[in-house]
Amino acid sequence: MTTIAPSVARTQPKTAAGRVRKRLSGRVASLIAVVIALLWTTPTFGLFLSSFRPEDDIKQTGWWTFFSNPQLTLENYREVLFGSSSSSGRLASFLINSVVITIPSVLFPLALATFAAYALSWTRFRGRDWVYIGIFALQVVPLQMALVPLLSFFSQGVEVFGITLMPAWNLEGSGQFIQVWFAHTCFALPLGVFLIHNFMSELPGELMEAARVDGATHGTILRKVVLPLVAPALAAFGIFQFLWVWNDLLVALIFSGGTAETAPMTVRLAQMAGTRGNEWQRLTSGAFVSMIIPLIVFLSMQRYFVRGLLAGSVKG
Amino acid sequence: MASIVLNNVDKIYAGGVKAVNGLNLEIKDGEFMVLVGPSGCGKSTALRMIAGLEDISGGEIVIGDRVVNHLPPKDRDIAMVFQNYALYPHMTVEENLAFGLKLRKMSKPEIAKRVNEAAKMLGLEQYLKRKPAALSGGQRQRVAMGRAIVREPQAFLMDEPLSNLDAKLRVSMRASLNQLHERLGVTTVYVTHDQVEAMTLGDRVCVLRDGILQQVDTPQNLFDKPVNLFVAGFMGSPSMNFTYAELVRDGAGAAVAFAGYKLPVPDTAFAEKAGLERYIGKRIILGIRPSDFEDAVAANGASAGWARVPVKANVTEELGSEINVLFTIDAPPVEHKDTVAAANDGDEEEAAALPLTGDKSLWTARVNARSHVRPGQNIELVVDTHNLHFFDVESGLSIGHPANVGR
Repeated sequence: MTTIAPSVARTQPKTAAGRVRKRLSGRVASLIAVVIALLWTTPTFGLFLSSFRPEDDIKQTGWWTFFSNPQLTLENYREVLFGSSSSSGRLASFLINSVVITIPSVLFPLALATFAAYALSWTRFRGRDWVYIGIFALQVVPLQMALVPLLSFFSQGVEVFGITLMPAWNLEGSGQFIQVWFAHTCFALPLGVFLIHNFMSELPGELMEAARVDGATHGTILRKVVLPLVAPALAAFGIFQFLWVWNDLLVALIFSGGTAETAPMTVRLAQMAGTRGNEWQRLTSGAFVSMIIPLIVFLSMQRYFVRGLLAGSVKG
Repeated sequence: MASIVLNNVDKIYAGGVKAVNGLNLEIKDGEFMVLVGPSGCGKSTALRMIAGLEDISGGEIVIGDRVVNHLPPKDRDIAMVFQNYALYPHMTVEENLAFGLKLRKMSKPEIAKRVNEAAKMLGLEQYLKRKPAALSGGQRQRVAMGRAIVREPQAFLMDEPLSNLDAKLRVSMRASLNQLHERLGVTTVYVTHDQVEAMTLGDRVCVLRDGILQQVDTPQNLFDKPVNLFVAGFMGSPSMNFTYAELVRDGAGAAVAFAGYKLPVPDTAFAEKAGLERYIGKRIILGIRPSDFEDAVAANGASAGWARVPVKANVTEELGSEINVLFTIDAPPVEHKDTVAAANDGDEEEAAALPLTGDKSLWTARVNARSHVRPGQNIELVVDTHNLHFFDVESGLSIGHPANVGR
């Protein structure tokens, strides 16, 4: 050991950041990271195993007994996805509702926030900074505060001193999807505008000027110059919004009316354990069904996800 | 191609800062006009107003025969080259060049033709499929230049396009810019703070200071006949030597006296500079270009009739082809606002000369390399008295300059 010590001292990095980086890439650090990863994954793995065990096994023993008494069944998944009892099943159709809710609820804020961010960073108009500060400040408002006003906005319209400024929407059935999209879009915009604006305003201004001299209008600049350069930020915000909407129960339950026609999977999952909670063996497989799509989205786009966030904080 | 005319153009920024003040300038068809001045003098603002990237607070800008005050940049038919290249990083060189043409709905064969021509002209053919990140600084600058060339606009506007290149590349790019202008003959407005660039590139040079036009003329005329102390001090490197002096006339004829020296003023000077007579017996500011000095020994006969100035060399800078001799003269440095502004060149904190000289002025003479002067040696210099410059002490204006007569 004593012979090694001097050589280590010689290669010791000088800066504090360098030392931290070196320690974090050491063998011990890697081992600790592996242990933490295992600890973190174990419950998920247990959940996964449980979802394939028969109902009686789930209710009587822990998932680890699988190793001494291996018994697997797809019964839970069949019941969850296609079962016909009132509380179980038909998750497949709710899954479709979830997709119908999520895709527009991601695309609308993405598009609107991009336009707003461009206008707020690359066009000049009076009061621009105040508008931006206003939007930024809206992030402070908890969305729970907006639930009741928004509901009355949908069901009664806007009326000031007896004058109707906006009639009630009176949406029925699948029309209620619109309410959910609207609500999700409203709640997502402040953060979206903030994130994308920060990224977009870091682009060099000469680029926009060069494009303007080359003959581009604002629309062309946004499409041909800005969008390709802010793609990482758009991907990051898109994934955030996707995960948030997909896992959301509160907004969807309130604005979709909770019927089988419009309610997303999260609403169904909450009902799945049965009215008295005695059917909780279904929850494991239900959870896995709901996890599949975000997992696919996340894994296929995680490259952008990580890079987008880093690129947003440091220029370049 | 077209001429560009600026009539009383003003630019006032929010907060009342006047960046450009009543600028009148006519750039002729096919002319290479250089706007030069220290940083913050409004030269870039003026260029950006011609481009349409800045609003015009007052006055009128005419390109060709159209008043363009309220036209957006895309309708002005101009092309601009930026200091930081401003290439589109996600497009290949080819796409960068073609971008402006595509936006103008040009046919594909025409775009391909122009892009190839420009690439050939700039030696970019083998880089057409690369992205800007894979190019060197000089290549990027050429792409930026090419993006302007393919457009075949009425005028090129260039905002310090060479300032991000290293010194050697800058010299060669300067030469190619000159050739390019010869070949294309497009009206060009070029902004720089580097007076060497201004002198070598411009058909005419426009010197700006604090948003006010100082002088527009050919480089040689700017050098020989500066209109005021600022232009005299700004153009030329090393810059002109100044001192307070007295214009006297005695039995031997007219002379300027300063710091114990007395230089005869030839009669031709009075003939050329109208109104110089009236300053006899008064204090003036005398200016002598370093290049109007010569070592008396090295000049050897060529300097017949030149005045002799014996000095002690403090520092010598040997440049190979010539030697800069720095010496002090026993007179306080001229602290006219114009000379200070010209010497500082934007760096307000940094005075041009170190305060080693006390209340003496530090002068520079550029002498032939055959002169073997060493620091600390006494040397006899000769001065070409035909090229003395005289300035009014109050106004700083050049005495007898045609533009100043009656001012």
